[in-house]
Amino acid sequence: MLSYLQSYLGGDALTPGQAGNQLWALIYILVIFAGVSVVVMAMNWIERKALAHMQVRLGPMRVGPHGLLQPIADALKLMLKEDIIPARADSFVFWIAPLIGLLSAFTVYIVIPFGPTQAVTDMNIGILFMLGVSSLSVLGVVMAGWASNSNYPLIGALRSSAQMVSYEVAMGLAVVSAVLMTSVGGIGMYDVAGDGIGTLSMIGIVQAQQAQHVWFLFKFFPLGLIAFFIFAVAMIAETNRAPFDLPEAESELTAGFHTEYSGLRWSLFMLAEYAAMVAVSSIAVTLWLGGWLRPFPNALAGPTWDFIFSLFPGLTFLALGAIGMFGFVRMPAHPFFRVQKLGLGGFAAVLALIGVLLLAIPFAARGHEGTILAGFAAGLSAVYWFIAKVAVFMYLYIWYRATFPRYRFDQLMSVGWKVLLPIALAVLIATAAVGVLIPVIQVWFKGRAG
Amino acid sequence: MGEITVLHYLVVAAALFILGVIGVLTRRNVVIILMSIELILNAVNLNLVAFSRLYGLHGQVFSIFVITDAAAEAAVGLGILIAFFRNKETINVDEIDLLKW
Amino acid sequence: MTPIATPFFFYLLAGTMIIGGVLVITRRNAVHSALALIVALLAQAGMYLMLYAPFVAAVQIILYAGGIMVLFLFVIMLVNLERAQKERQFNRIWPVGLLSAFALGLLFVGVYSKGKTLLPSEMMQIPESSNTQEIARYLYGNYMFAFEIASLLLLVAIIGAVVMAKKRI
Repeated sequence: MLSYLQSYLGGDALTPGQAGNQLWALIYILVIFAGVSVVVMAMNWIERKALAHMQVRLGPMRVGPHGLLQPIADALKLMLKEDIIPARADSFVFWIAPLIGLLSAFTVYIVIPFGPTQAVTDMNIGILFMLGVSSLSVLGVVMAGWASNSNYPLIGALRSSAQMVSYEVAMGLAVVSAVLMTSVGGIGMYDVAGDGIGTLSMIGIVQAQQAQHVWFLFKFFPLGLIAFFIFAVAMIAETNRAPFDLPEAESELTAGFHTEYSGLRWSLFMLAEYAAMVAVSSIAVTLWLGGWLRPFPNALAGPTWDFIFSLFPGLTFLALGAIGMFGFVRMPAHPFFRVQKLGLGGFAAVLALIGVLLLAIPFAARGHEGTILAGFAAGLSAVYWFIAKVAVFMYLYIWYRATFPRYRFDQLMSVGWKVLLPIALAVLIATAAVGVLIPVIQVWFKGRAG
Repeated sequence: MGEITVLHYLVVAAALFILGVIGVLTRRNVVIILMSIELILNAVNLNLVAFSRLYGLHGQVFSIFVITDAAAEAAVGLGILIAFFRNKETINVDEIDLLKW
Repeated sequence: MTPIATPFFFYLLAGTMIIGGVLVITRRNAVHSALALIVALLAQAGMYLMLYAPFVAAVQIILYAGGIMVLFLFVIMLVNLERAQKERQFNRIWPVGLLSAFALGLLFVGVYSKGKTLLPSEMMQIPESSNTQEIARYLYGNYMFAFEIASLLLLVAIIGAVVMAKKRI
């Protein structure tokens, strides 16, 4: 029995997308469901606190210590609210619209690689699948606005879907130039892999970055950077976040296409929006920022450097616990704050405990290479670096919301079609040209030298 | 019931084709007629891809072209519908029966 | 990679497609028809995956379900008339349509039952992992001309749609 389980935990059954991997795929699906829900609640808290601090105020402070229980209170409130359906609204379409948005946001997670073998599956057409499924979220928006049978949602839905469809084009072209970089070698110090085989699979794209010793962000400088920038702007417009949130901003359209949704249905929309944010950030990280690769996997290679970099997860959680402890110490000793102080202390202690656990794993796996523990430690390290990069993107989302003013709708559409699309096309053509010309130039140089 | 052969896919494609033809011939709403035409094109695509299982990848390449053409045709057809609707305020094919009014 | 439970998935997807098709042609509300068509298109993408055509499946989802159906929903929202829903849905000569479709069905049955033996018995071994590369080889090799003409066609369609739908040219 134990050997049967062990056969599922190691070796061939780890490879995502292969036959026999169904148990791990199921485990990853459950982990993703739980993880995305936790991440959405955490994002709610971080967004309110970070926005508040950027606007020189404090944000939620009452509900838990420093507002840590605010997302739970919000979730409870939304679940207990009355479910209102507008009169003469198409109730079937009204019911199904948030489900479509949610489905398309969650289905993208199937192809996202959290580590070299930590993915639900590895499709050969992974990135194409992502593009297709994320274009289904437009349908949810359109149906939500139409089924509400009311003016503001209809206008909001039409504007939002026009915006999403426009920026999908630029996003697709930026993705194509990243995919093109997997099949063309580098120049100079990046010319290690020669002429690689192009691949659409997400794990293959990260492995191409590892083989070519360069994040695609820095490849063919500045082409990779411009493509990444186009994708970063387009992904903000895809998820209807600031500064592209005219269709759902409160001062403009009274919450746009989800105006008539209340309670649990609105929370489904919010869940879909945050899940889509994490999903497209993961795509950006995989395509341009090296996915699960730690910094300098080839320049600083070797077991000691691997060990040093694998201490980072534990150190991060210990640092978070230390910050929590700092807040605990600084809380006033008034009996009014007793429960909050205890809560914060407990939370900081839990974070520190997780940090110690994560530190213990690489130490324990140090002596035993090639066992399940070492594989687990390597996988944990890969997943940590992936999540750290996605967390940077999440923070950037909040930063943009606090900093940039909103685009007017015609400015938004003109940026999507008249600025991003030509630049994306130019980057694509330039990438293809550079990729084709590099071997030619190399052969020419060799001919001249020899 | 056991082995799924290419003939099964062809029968499904034929069924979809017939459903599309019924939709085109019996409905009054222009948009639904256009959607039935999309059903017909999809049935043809399924047929092509099923045959490409037997004879090579040419069927799949052709089906990509069919999808592209379907997109172009849907765009132009809906543009015509919008232009017509702006003039006559109806989407009933029984009432769209004059070449010039 | 050996396929798993192929008859189950085939009948599931085929049933979904047929039911979606029936719903498309029988719903009074155009939006419900569009939703049924989206379901049928997604089921068809699944059938393409079963036929070892992942690239066509992805293109189907991106273009058909995510592009053309959004266009249809836009236009339905623009031309949606309340009184259109209260009128008859089927036109005056619907028995003729049904009869001709039935005749077409008889033709199909005849062709398939007689031509069943003409199909080759063993299927081609299409490797799944390089489907996109092979399609690209055909698309940019043998069918390059058709590819360029398709792009020209799309340009014509864009210009035509913009000219048609503009209020004042």
